[in-house]
Amino acid sequence: MGRYIIRRLLWMLVVLFAVSAITFLLMHTVPGGPFDREKALPQEIIENLNQRYHLDKPLVVQYATYVYDVLIPKFSSIEPGLSLVDDALVNIRVGDDLWLKWMNFGPSYASRSRTVNDIFRAQLPISGQLGVMAITFAILLGIPLGILAALKQNTVWDYLGMSVAIFGVSVPVIVLGPILVWIFGVTLKWLPPTGWGAKPPYVLGFLPSNIGPEYFKYAVMPVVALGLVNSAVIARLTRASLLQVIREDYIRTARAKGLAERVVITRHALKNSLIPVATILGPLFAALVTGTFVAELIFGIPGMGRYFVTSITNRDYPVIMGTILLYAILLVLANLLVDIMYAFLDPRIRYT
Amino acid sequence: MSVQTEMLRVGAGGQPLTRKRESLWADAGRRLLRNKAAVMGGVIVILLILAALLAPFIAPRPFADQVLVDNNKVPDWVLAVFSNMKPYAQISNDYPLGADYVGRDLLSRIIYGARISLSVAFIGPIISLLIGVAFGMVSGYFGGRVDNLMMRVVDVLYAFPTLLFIILLMAFFRSTFAKPDPGSFAYGMSQLDARLGGMLFIFMGIGLTAWEGMARLTRGQVLSVREKEYIEAARTIGAGHVRIMFRHILPNIVGPLVVAETLTIPAYISFEAFLSFIGLGVNPPTPSWGAMISDGSQVIRTYPNQAVFPALALAITMFAFNFLGDGLRDALDPRLRGTQ
Repeated sequence: MGRYIIRRLLWMLVVLFAVSAITFLLMHTVPGGPFDREKALPQEIIENLNQRYHLDKPLVVQYATYVYDVLIPKFSSIEPGLSLVDDALVNIRVGDDLWLKWMNFGPSYASRSRTVNDIFRAQLPISGQLGVMAITFAILLGIPLGILAALKQNTVWDYLGMSVAIFGVSVPVIVLGPILVWIFGVTLKWLPPTGWGAKPPYVLGFLPSNIGPEYFKYAVMPVVALGLVNSAVIARLTRASLLQVIREDYIRTARAKGLAERVVITRHALKNSLIPVATILGPLFAALVTGTFVAELIFGIPGMGRYFVTSITNRDYPVIMGTILLYAILLVLANLLVDIMYAFLDPRIRYT
Repeated sequence: MSVQTEMLRVGAGGQPLTRKRESLWADAGRRLLRNKAAVMGGVIVILLILAALLAPFIAPRPFADQVLVDNNKVPDWVLAVFSNMKPYAQISNDYPLGADYVGRDLLSRIIYGARISLSVAFIGPIISLLIGVAFGMVSGYFGGRVDNLMMRVVDVLYAFPTLLFIILLMAFFRSTFAKPDPGSFAYGMSQLDARLGGMLFIFMGIGLTAWEGMARLTRGQVLSVREKEYIEAARTIGAGHVRIMFRHILPNIVGPLVVAETLTIPAYISFEAFLSFIGLGVNPPTPSWGAMISDGSQVIRTYPNQAVFPALALAITMFAFNFLGDGLRDALDPRLRGTQ
């Protein structure tokens, strides 16, 4: 298992290199530069800016510099937070005036007083909170719904569960979002139509410091809008896989030896039926990332979402690279976790 | 490939009960017609196709017709439903669903919007099917090192956040083909795109990013038939690789692939809507439901009808395709009933 994980992590590194190289090449091939304005800047200023951000160097050198800055930790005597050039995501204090700094994603060209790491620190926690709540909601709703539908196949419960599921897959966030806002935010005025309930500073860097009714009031609609779609996918899969499992011989054996139905279902059937459900958690996570972005736009949540589009239209190279790499890392890690989870759920699976 | 079913049983009176021989497709068709939800979905899809094709005749007005003095006007019945608008809304019954912020008829725009959604619903899967099947077939058929390498490519693409990749690709297409010299390839592309209201690049973007799942599925299917005797037989009589792939393997695996792709249609529709929502979809004034929802969301507090109606259109279309897709899958492979 340990060797398998190491091999996977190495492969992950290769994938990330490929992703970063392709993105780098593609974004530099897109015509236009970060300093194009409606009213063109004087040539000298553009040259100066290009020089400052090393955009005058050959692409290979630029890429190598970028990778070096992100990947290689270095010692610095500048206190974190003071320098824009030297802003790293991970700062470890090693001496009185010495910090070990790692992962410098560079400056943002569009908002010149911020770095990509600043954006990560301020916006990512919000997207993260939304994403985690949405996936929790999806799992907590989807799995019981699927189980109920499977155990009571062809009854009202089954039809109800599957109706919810088909509703979920047919009503994307951009449809459900505005409708929820209209019903609960505008007409009934129960919930605030836009905004997010937490502000920096965050506990441990990502947890909201004011968890309470006020915080959840803002979170309810986006979490439901995002989670419902995914819970539908989970519910359908759980139902299908549980239906298959409860017809297996070992379930009959379990029943035959006189186990209580509850034990048969929880201990024997459920655990096995959740394996296919685990497989889709990876892709689901990816979908959620995209969905979070949509939900943020609709509900006016100040998360990472808007940087996806604006960074590309602004040709804000470091922000593009940063966001793509960040999500690629999350995605590969999620897939790795899913694979490890298999081994836990199904003892027959052994990785070597 | 047709599965012949012939059942011979002995009935109560000692007479043999025979069931008519039926081809797979006839059998599937019968099962499909028995599924009420699927039939309803199919009817809605047909109506949508008709609406999209006949849009110029059905729509009360041209989609880009702006009557600025009529901006945000609503008819009486809409006002009755969305009662919060009563204090300020201006009434005009010329617009069945109301007018938007520049006085364009919402209903006409929704009808024309069906064109975009339906084109994506059909062309998106076809592109992804073409690329994915070709890729997966080569990978699965040749196996070994080729397979390994090709699947690693898929792995890398899989790690890309699809959305970011597509946004990047669209920006790339849009600006690369922006204003090139007349007569060149790029010029032709941008002309074609302009003709299609900006849809060409959406198709290319979606097609280039959405085939990975199909490639994996195809490869799996190829692996399962590759070692069958009839493939070996074909090889013995001297059939080439291409011939084996297209004449012997493809017909045997295409069924499940098409069904799997049908199930992804709603995903393409919502993807296009989403791209238009963030302003990367079709060029204005070509109407797309996503763009309309986006515009409507801006005024959702004051004129909710402008977001709710296109949202309903999108949802109904998604429902229809989902019901039809589920029904098709159940009909073609009853064992899979209720699975993904």
